[in-house]
Amino acid sequence: MREVNSIPMMVLKRDLCIYMRHKGEVLTVPLFFVIIVSLFPVAFGPLPSELNWLIPGIIWIAALLASLLAQEHSIRTDYHLGIFEQLLLSDYPLSFILFIKTFANWLVTGLPLVIITPLLALSFAIPSQTIIVLTGSLLLGTPLLSLIATLGVALTLTLPRGGLLLSVLILPLYMPVLVLGTAASILATQGLNSSGPLALLAALTLAAILLVPLALSTLLKVSVT
Amino acid sequence: MNKILSPAVFYRQSTRVLPFLAAGLIIFLGYGLVGGLFFAPIDYQQKEAVRLMYIHVPCAVLSLSIYTIIGVMSAIYLIWSVKIADIIAQASAPLGASLTALALISGSLWGKPMWGTWWVWDARLTSELILLFLYCGYIGLRSAITDARIAASAAAILAIVGLIDIPIIHYSVEWWQTLHQGASIFKFAKPSIAPAMLYPLVSMLLGFYFLYALILCLNARAELLWRERNASWVTKLILGSGVNG
Repeated sequence: MREVNSIPMMVLKRDLCIYMRHKGEVLTVPLFFVIIVSLFPVAFGPLPSELNWLIPGIIWIAALLASLLAQEHSIRTDYHLGIFEQLLLSDYPLSFILFIKTFANWLVTGLPLVIITPLLALSFAIPSQTIIVLTGSLLLGTPLLSLIATLGVALTLTLPRGGLLLSVLILPLYMPVLVLGTAASILATQGLNSSGPLALLAALTLAAILLVPLALSTLLKVSVT
Repeated sequence: MNKILSPAVFYRQSTRVLPFLAAGLIIFLGYGLVGGLFFAPIDYQQKEAVRLMYIHVPCAVLSLSIYTIIGVMSAIYLIWSVKIADIIAQASAPLGASLTALALISGSLWGKPMWGTWWVWDARLTSELILLFLYCGYIGLRSAITDARIAASAAAILAIVGLIDIPIIHYSVEWWQTLHQGASIFKFAKPSIAPAMLYPLVSMLLGFYFLYALILCLNARAELLWRERNASWVTKLILGSGVNG
């Protein structure tokens, strides 16, 4: 019999294994991210360098939309397979397992966006200081996006087609992340200290790491009958 | 405390509160409307159009406070499973959404003569629009989920998470350079508005709160009766023998 302490590790391994077997679906997210960003030059033509301060905002909006797309696979499939009934039967705290599942989801859908961002930003020729701050803000902010989006999926679990409502529910909640993430990048572009918005973003993410898993487990306990 | 939270007692007690709410509504809204629309001095720049303030400001203030009330009630429902709190949250949502829409519409009507445009994508207007989306999401989620218990919990959690937008909406006029003016009343310094305008405005504000409380009370009572339609106290009430809860 395995030790109870290894349960989170097992859940993490299982989730990552499942994601690796569905590479196509997982790769859609960063692809979607790049496509949204590349649509802007298509719509407006090559942006003149005075408009470079717009780029972080565009990248952030692309990240918001991509993270929305990414969550469809996180817990909905498991819910329909009855995994949560099993997890509820174990006396291991469901909230921690849900945090691990969200973390696994972020590793395969959020982290790639953070890695791609410097390359995308370089292609727009924005200053290196801005690139560092932008990438840092995404590193701090994408876990928050994953948590909020997973919460959105949990809210709509019992609906046959949750995806339609999901975007209306989740995008307004993304507003603080977008505000802080772009504020940090714009401050960096102006050559100012951007640690204020970054610290607030980090604080929000930490608060969400603590509180969102609790909300998730409450919802799942109500939804699993 | 537990007693007032039981549906039957809440229903009976709220019957007594209704006349006071109606009286407050008539007094404050009456004074505010007459004072604001006829007697308050006109602005030296805005002329008569300044009177839109007496409608626009209460709508905007209530749109935020009603969302906060929904959030607090949702927390009370989740933590202590108080049914009344859930009913108050549910009944508040359409009112909050309508007042948000009214704030946007009246602001737009005010913006055309003053700013020369119906709409600008500045921080205050955009964040108020997002507040409207928050309300829409809340109402949509509630009506989409058929299981009443799941709908209540899901809506409550959504409302609580949505509270993180409230400070952004409230402080948007101070954090960003915008066309919309900053706060004139709700700040720590002396209000930057003439007393002759301030009194009708405060009266309108109170009047709107009474209006909200009255409609909320009526809606919540109707919702309560519907939810408890199989309970014995409702049967007694309908049969006319009064409530002894």
